[in-house]
Amino acid sequence: MFPTDHAPFPTTSRPRVLVITGYGFNCEAESIAAWRMAGAEPIPVHFADLLADPDVLGTVRALMFIGGFSFGDHMGSGHVIASRLRHRLRPALNGYLAAGGLVLGICNGFQILVRLGLLPGLDGQYFRPLVSLATNDVGTFRNLWVRVRFEHDSPCVFTRGLPPMDLPVRHGEGKLVVPNRRILDRIEHQRLAVCRYVDSLTGEPARHYPANPNGSVNAIAGLCDPTGRVFGMMPHPEAYLYPDQHPGADRQRLDGGLPPEGLGLAIFRNAVRHLRTTAPDVAAPA
Amino acid sequence: MSFRIEIGLRRGLRDPRGEHVARLAREFLRLPVRRVVTRDVYLVADDLPKDVQRCVAREFADPVSARVAVGRLPPPPFDWLIEIGYRPGVTDNVGQTARTVLADVLDVAPDQVGPVFSATQFFVSGAGLRREHAERLARDLLANELIQTVRIHARDEWCAAPPAVELPLVRDRHAPTVRDIRLDVPDEELLRISRDGILSLSLDEMRAIRDHYRREDVRAARRAAGLPPDRPTDVELECLAQTWSEHCKHKIFAARVLYEETPGRVEVIESLFDTYIRRATEQIARRRDWLVSVFRDNAGIIRFNDRWHLAYKVETHNSPSALDPYGGAITGIVGVNRDPMGTGLGCELLANTWGYCFASPFHTGEIPAGLMHPRRIRDGVHRGVVDGGNQSGIPWARGFERFDERFLGKPLVFCGTVGRLPHVVAGRPAHVKEIRPGDVIVMAGGRIGKDGIHGATFSSEELRHESPAQAVQIGDAFTQRKLYDFLIEARDRGLYRAITDNGAGGLSSSVGELCTLSGGADLDLARAPLKYAGLDPWEILLSEAQERMTLAVPPEHLDELLDLARRRDVEATALGTFTQSGAFVVRHGDRIVGRLELDFLHHGCPRMELRARWTPPAVPPPRPLRAGPRNTALLALLGSLNIASKEWISRSYDGEVKGLSVLKPFVGRRAEVPSDATVMRIAHGSNEGFVLAEGINPYYSDLDTYAMVASVVDEAVRRAISVGGTLTHLAGLDNFCWPDPVPSATNPDAEYKMAQLVRANRALYDVTTAYGVPLISGKDSMKNDSIRGGRRISIPPTVLVSVLGRIEDVRRVVTMDFKRPGDRIAVVGLTRDELGASEFHRWLAARRGTPSAIGGRVPCPAAAAALPIYAAMEGAIRANLLHSSHTPTLGGLAVALALAAIGGDVGAVVDLAAVPAEPDLSDDARLFSESPSRYVVTAPPDRAADVEAAFRGVPFAWVGEVTDEPRLRLRTGVGREIINLPVARMRATWQRTFDRM
Repeated sequence: MFPTDHAPFPTTSRPRVLVITGYGFNCEAESIAAWRMAGAEPIPVHFADLLADPDVLGTVRALMFIGGFSFGDHMGSGHVIASRLRHRLRPALNGYLAAGGLVLGICNGFQILVRLGLLPGLDGQYFRPLVSLATNDVGTFRNLWVRVRFEHDSPCVFTRGLPPMDLPVRHGEGKLVVPNRRILDRIEHQRLAVCRYVDSLTGEPARHYPANPNGSVNAIAGLCDPTGRVFGMMPHPEAYLYPDQHPGADRQRLDGGLPPEGLGLAIFRNAVRHLRTTAPDVAAPA
Repeated sequence: MSFRIEIGLRRGLRDPRGEHVARLAREFLRLPVRRVVTRDVYLVADDLPKDVQRCVAREFADPVSARVAVGRLPPPPFDWLIEIGYRPGVTDNVGQTARTVLADVLDVAPDQVGPVFSATQFFVSGAGLRREHAERLARDLLANELIQTVRIHARDEWCAAPPAVELPLVRDRHAPTVRDIRLDVPDEELLRISRDGILSLSLDEMRAIRDHYRREDVRAARRAAGLPPDRPTDVELECLAQTWSEHCKHKIFAARVLYEETPGRVEVIESLFDTYIRRATEQIARRRDWLVSVFRDNAGIIRFNDRWHLAYKVETHNSPSALDPYGGAITGIVGVNRDPMGTGLGCELLANTWGYCFASPFHTGEIPAGLMHPRRIRDGVHRGVVDGGNQSGIPWARGFERFDERFLGKPLVFCGTVGRLPHVVAGRPAHVKEIRPGDVIVMAGGRIGKDGIHGATFSSEELRHESPAQAVQIGDAFTQRKLYDFLIEARDRGLYRAITDNGAGGLSSSVGELCTLSGGADLDLARAPLKYAGLDPWEILLSEAQERMTLAVPPEHLDELLDLARRRDVEATALGTFTQSGAFVVRHGDRIVGRLELDFLHHGCPRMELRARWTPPAVPPPRPLRAGPRNTALLALLGSLNIASKEWISRSYDGEVKGLSVLKPFVGRRAEVPSDATVMRIAHGSNEGFVLAEGINPYYSDLDTYAMVASVVDEAVRRAISVGGTLTHLAGLDNFCWPDPVPSATNPDAEYKMAQLVRANRALYDVTTAYGVPLISGKDSMKNDSIRGGRRISIPPTVLVSVLGRIEDVRRVVTMDFKRPGDRIAVVGLTRDELGASEFHRWLAARRGTPSAIGGRVPCPAAAAALPIYAAMEGAIRANLLHSSHTPTLGGLAVALALAAIGGDVGAVVDLAAVPAEPDLSDDARLFSESPSRYVVTAPPDRAADVEAAFRGVPFAWVGEVTDEPRLRLRTGVGREIINLPVARMRATWQRTFDRM
């Protein structure tokens, strides 16, 4: 349904991934490209069609909420989609999660997972919001590249073994706030704070703009749930699929440091690897 | 009973929105504001039990970070409360979204719940803050009373009063009427009808309409239709006025011009557009095989490769942005998006461009009544562009700002959009529109209100104190984004045969123009969905309510199209049929309220005749500086409004969504220096791409508009070449913004302005044909004047030239910053004594206290010199010889070298005496001349011989070296260094001007 602006990729043993579109989601082209390049079969489905036919969740093994401005970010980013999911799709989502399906949320998608209460999902309790993503400390939307680091003792299946990398952030409401100290402690203790903004020189968590672009507590850029199968982050790995997308690609090329592919692709490759090495709990499509 | 919901942040959480307001109040308005706390308010017009109200309130707020109450939330400490809502009938995007949440909570369809209205509270505190301070804060920073309501309460007033639930409902119970207008009246009366009705029709045009209604065949047809035979209805007169408006008809560019350059010798030019613009492109088309559709459709189309076409359109939205910066600009950006959306069978949107001309945001002088402070205009305009662009998911690719006090009266707001069109859609060539009689007229998107009525005629007027608030629309990117997704689906399923957007003139324009393809239309206004009752038929026809497209749908696809629209939450309505009757018939229910013959509608407008007289202006140069170092001058230029870094506001807009951007708007080690041009992939998985660049320079117009236009064409072209573009694959767009060249009592120098326009067009012809860069689309805005308190402020004549070109391989592009210490620096192209109207002369003139003494030779390119340079540059880049390439523009070589050093975070040592230059050139000209067609390039020493070979035959010289020490040192031969500055200091100065703004 969306313009097919991709080169052909091979199509053997490709896990099916649902990419939710419509209502102001904006990152469908690059998200579809990312899953394809990583070896999956992305299936774009309009949010209205998903609500009309939730059974489609039973035919896929990963579900992605992409970046964008769903409902124009009115009433808070991700607020309206989360409200609709809670009212209309809760049983279907519960079934999908129980069957071991993956969920990825990037930027607006992460905001939705947080507002929906899928993240951090402490004690396996979903639909219970515990944290929030608030307006950036600098007060405005920001688009810049930042260095992020992934915590390797985390259960997250998307980030296993990933090196620190530069990724773009593009948001106005990305500051993770955890009003309850005990909840923050549990998030950290269970290693759910899987992705952090770091200083590019020291590699340590950054506190201030621009390295920490929004003022997130503990420099947290992304969270997973205790199963490691639900993951969301503010930075955009799907915006770093080709090496030349990095703003320093010109220098990397001169210095011989240009990677063969965009580093963000690794997150999608990890997901596909996980799906290929685990038995499908969900029915394959007829 | 309606109820009120208040939502605030939990204690202990920062309120960046309030902090931002407090900061602006202190720094910009100089008010003693200590703290501002903000809250959101919703007024829900629905009768619900108390417990359901509380449930709705909880669903409206974030459960973790917000506190919420039905009625009133306990207020924070404050001195004044400012509550801002929308006026009745003004688009309230947030309120509309809240209504859908309400419907979800109640589990019903959105149209079954009452409307919801949003408002915002600002609790302001500060010692000594008086009511008039709060009023100023509201008026000059927070609200625009054209569209918003402001309520100000002192603490005790607020606490004593019950929570207000006053709904901004449109309570107009006016029954729709159609008037007819007698035109058999004296000339003064004709003019009065035009003026009072804001029709902007001249006497000649009013007479042409009057005469049309005297024709017997016209009268007979009208009798048959049940219309008053001898006079137009208001529907007809309004439709004619809008179709014939300067905005839509480009009457000045179509006029016969009597041009006098040598006294006594009058040259007759039949249409500037035909003579210079269309003719240039037609000539170039013989040499370029990739022009698909030019000047015909909503945007120009070029072939990109064997799969894709590209379309590009740039618009201005000046007058609305002057009245309501935010609303005007968001409408500008989402409005220009609809041009490629309505081009061919509808493009996919890839990138936006923006550019502004403002008065200084630091303006300290008086602001004429009715105008806004330029700081406020700048903030509001950019926020509008950002919201429109971000929410639509279209990345920005280029942006610029230019500043001049004359933009105080009318700011210029340029918005552009690049679209991509497959060659074939649903088995049909995608660039061709077709309509058959019997096809259904379908309007899709938003509803119709009084928004923007008379926008087209209004933008053709100078800004007056009483300019109508109705002329302001507020775009809603979210509604349009839904519409866009729906249209692309419908397009790919082949559900419609033609599409165009509803912009200026609304349905009158979209249906009026589309129906020329079939030969007529029959439109029923009573079927159009309205935002509120009480609109007269002519208002429905002309409304510029946003986010609407008009389609021609084959009857057999109508059900499928309407069903798809329903499933995509898009309102789509059949409003009539396309016919071959030769007339545009407008009805309201059973009654015909207008019938306009297409021939008269589109070809009946009499042609204007304008006189133009060119007298070269006598502008003295500023008194030169004494010999010596120029560190102060270079720092002043780096910190000047035009050259200083605009990174902060730029980065509030997403430049990377869609994942196609490669060479980004900011480059360099810290990604902080503006690139010469930007490059994006055409599609995922492809390494082919396109380049975007632009040229603009209103200042050269003070000396000669010929040189101005020649220079901006050259600037756009050489920027594109700088990163790897090729001259044979570049297309251009022209956007003219002019002061009114039509004579009137208040416009005594109209003939000079017209002569400036003639010279500008000649340059456009000369340079585009010499370069072989065809113009594929353009726009003119011809009334950029403001009359306030008897004073006319006219903008300097301004032309924006934007270019779009093909890039063979996006992995081979070159950026502008110095890369490696030890790299050799060369200058390509000749530096001449061209300091007239340059940044340097303008700075020096101001410093001397003679700000208008900016004279000197004005920069002007020569194709014979430029073409070999561009060919050599293309060769050098293709051969991968260059580590960096940067074209000097404002501030000349000195600023170019400084920015390349800042970008690379390295230094440079350069001998200015080695720069290729005309004889006896002064040091200041070497440093600051803005001679066109030049480059600063670097290459590693071991490729020096190859580089020299690549540039054989054109002015070229090695002038210095990139150094590890981060310091810029420019010397003149064996003489002293005239620039010696640490890069960190240059960077700090360059970034300080617009620090966080």
